[in-house]
Amino acid sequence: MSRERQHIFDNPNNVRRVVRTLVGICIGLVAIDFIYHRHVTHPWEGLWGFYAFFGFAACVALVLIAKEMRKLVMRSEDYYTRGEGGEGTDVDD
Amino acid sequence: MWMTELPPFVPFFIGALIAGITRGRLRAVVLLAIPVLGGVHLLNIDAGVVWQMQFLDYTLTPYRVDRLSLLFGYLFHIATFLGVLYALHVRDTLQQVSAMLYAGSALGAVFAGDFITLFVFWELLALTSVFLIWARRTPAALQAGLRYLIIQVFSGVLLLAGTLVYLHDGGSLAFEYIGLGSLAGWLIFLAFGIKCAFPLLHNWLTDAYPEATPTGTVFLSAFTTKVAVYALARGFPGTELLVYIGAIMTCFPIFFAVIENDLRRVLAYSLINQVGFMVVGIGIGTALAINGAIAHAFNDVIFKGLLFMSMGAVLHVTGRINGSELGGLYKTMPKTAALCMVGAASISAFPLFSGFVSKSMVMSASLQEGYSMVWLALLFASAGVFHHAGIKIPFFAFFAHDSGIRAHEPPTNMLLAMTVAAVLCIFIGVYPWLLYDLLPFAVDYTPYDATHVIAQLQLLFFSALAFTWLKLYGLYPPELRSVNLDAEWIYRRLVPRAVRRLIAALRPIDTGIRAGALRAAATVVKGLSRHHGQEGVLARTWPTGSMVLWIAVLLGVYLVLY
Repeated sequence: MSRERQHIFDNPNNVRRVVRTLVGICIGLVAIDFIYHRHVTHPWEGLWGFYAFFGFAACVALVLIAKEMRKLVMRSEDYYTRGEGGEGTDVDD
Repeated sequence: MWMTELPPFVPFFIGALIAGITRGRLRAVVLLAIPVLGGVHLLNIDAGVVWQMQFLDYTLTPYRVDRLSLLFGYLFHIATFLGVLYALHVRDTLQQVSAMLYAGSALGAVFAGDFITLFVFWELLALTSVFLIWARRTPAALQAGLRYLIIQVFSGVLLLAGTLVYLHDGGSLAFEYIGLGSLAGWLIFLAFGIKCAFPLLHNWLTDAYPEATPTGTVFLSAFTTKVAVYALARGFPGTELLVYIGAIMTCFPIFFAVIENDLRRVLAYSLINQVGFMVVGIGIGTALAINGAIAHAFNDVIFKGLLFMSMGAVLHVTGRINGSELGGLYKTMPKTAALCMVGAASISAFPLFSGFVSKSMVMSASLQEGYSMVWLALLFASAGVFHHAGIKIPFFAFFAHDSGIRAHEPPTNMLLAMTVAAVLCIFIGVYPWLLYDLLPFAVDYTPYDATHVIAQLQLLFFSALAFTWLKLYGLYPPELRSVNLDAEWIYRRLVPRAVRRLIAALRPIDTGIRAGALRAAATVVKGLSRHHGQEGVLARTWPTGSMVLWIAVLLGVYLVLY
């Protein structure tokens, strides 16, 4: 067990370090938009930080919608294999 | 090596035969040698080789080589080699033979120059691959395999029907551009669409692939859908409908992928998402778009294979594959974790990984041709694929909370196969020009300019930031043991239940009819028995004397009358 304690993410400080690095990179990447003008095809592309905000918003929307979707589509694991259901009677477990 | 006219599927079928009668090391050597020798041989084949034969009144072209089929030919040899290497520890003749036959069928299909040959290999793809699912030997796998087989064979039946209608309309058997201008075109389109996992026709994939054996899924992910992509690229390039179908394919599976617990099923959804990019490219139909679609198919086989291999390794070692049961495996499977992350970076299209150099071609083409909304959908899907395949897969398997599972690295051959795939992912990402040279059209495209790289990095890192934020604030949906309803609900629940209801509803009518019939029959019997029964008028025995009397009467009447 003593060897296991040395694993890198067992130390919360290392997790914090990863998060901080990620935030740092993100800030750096949008900062580039101040100094470098991306040549663009679509007008929206040229908006400041378009890709950054789109990426963030897309993922948040994706997860929140998917979470709501669970209410509609989520069933118990044996949904199809329960006796009453579709082919449930055909499955022998 | 062997004669030029020998179609590439032949060595694979012979190899399958040899694999069936050999054991141990000899079988391993044969299985590995076939894709290597076949691939080297194919490198020496030039576009333009054609082998034709007459059958009845028709010209069949079982072997037709051009740049499009050659590229898929190389790809399938690489995929077979990776799959065989990955499955080398498996001691299961059924799997090894069917995998070889399956790969051979895929090669047969992409080099088929006519619809009849295509149909034969189309059905062989279904028949040979189903054994990779059944080889899991669980009741769930048996059921899923059966559903898979029925749907796949139905796709072949549609293809045959389309071919016959096409012939009847005066078309030739040659497999060239078809288009949607006729009934035949629609039938063939639908046949391709089933194998390509079009929306609502897709559920066989997410149903069956995760039920296959750990090694079988690697083969399955490589061939069937890519043969369909090839067929669409040959028969329906520039069909605008495909742009929208493809855009839907990139978007809807990622929602399911986020809430799915079985990590191989997450990858199956992600497979549809990636095929969506290819379908969009084929639909746009410009040289850049088709090149992008084909290049992406090439890369997808390798990085999706790598991801399925890494999850197969987890399943092989721990016996578990649900995100809710895994976690913390980086401690005991660091190599697998690292290789998985290479696959994850490639599918997410990180610069310097293979997905980047092909996906951006399709995205650029969609912008150039003015499909703004489709471009936004693809952008959403790009962020989404990073989210569910790039982050979710490695995170829940190897990091997240410590599940307490203390595993070990998978067998060396599995690690080796994953390493080769990872090297290919990085090589193509760093030096895409070798792949670009093989594409059907001349490539005038530079993936690595500052704009592309910065934009993509912004998109990906902010997606990662979103994941981190959602996770840290407890907004991320937890992995739950569950089944998520999808289109399969229609044929696994709705239809069977409707049939059962219908039968139940018809039962009183049926009972009534039966009772009525019984009553009628009883009446008839009663009537008959009254006349013919023991006491019946017609059943009485008549004394001989009365007969003589009656005859005498008749004769008397006769005499009187005449």
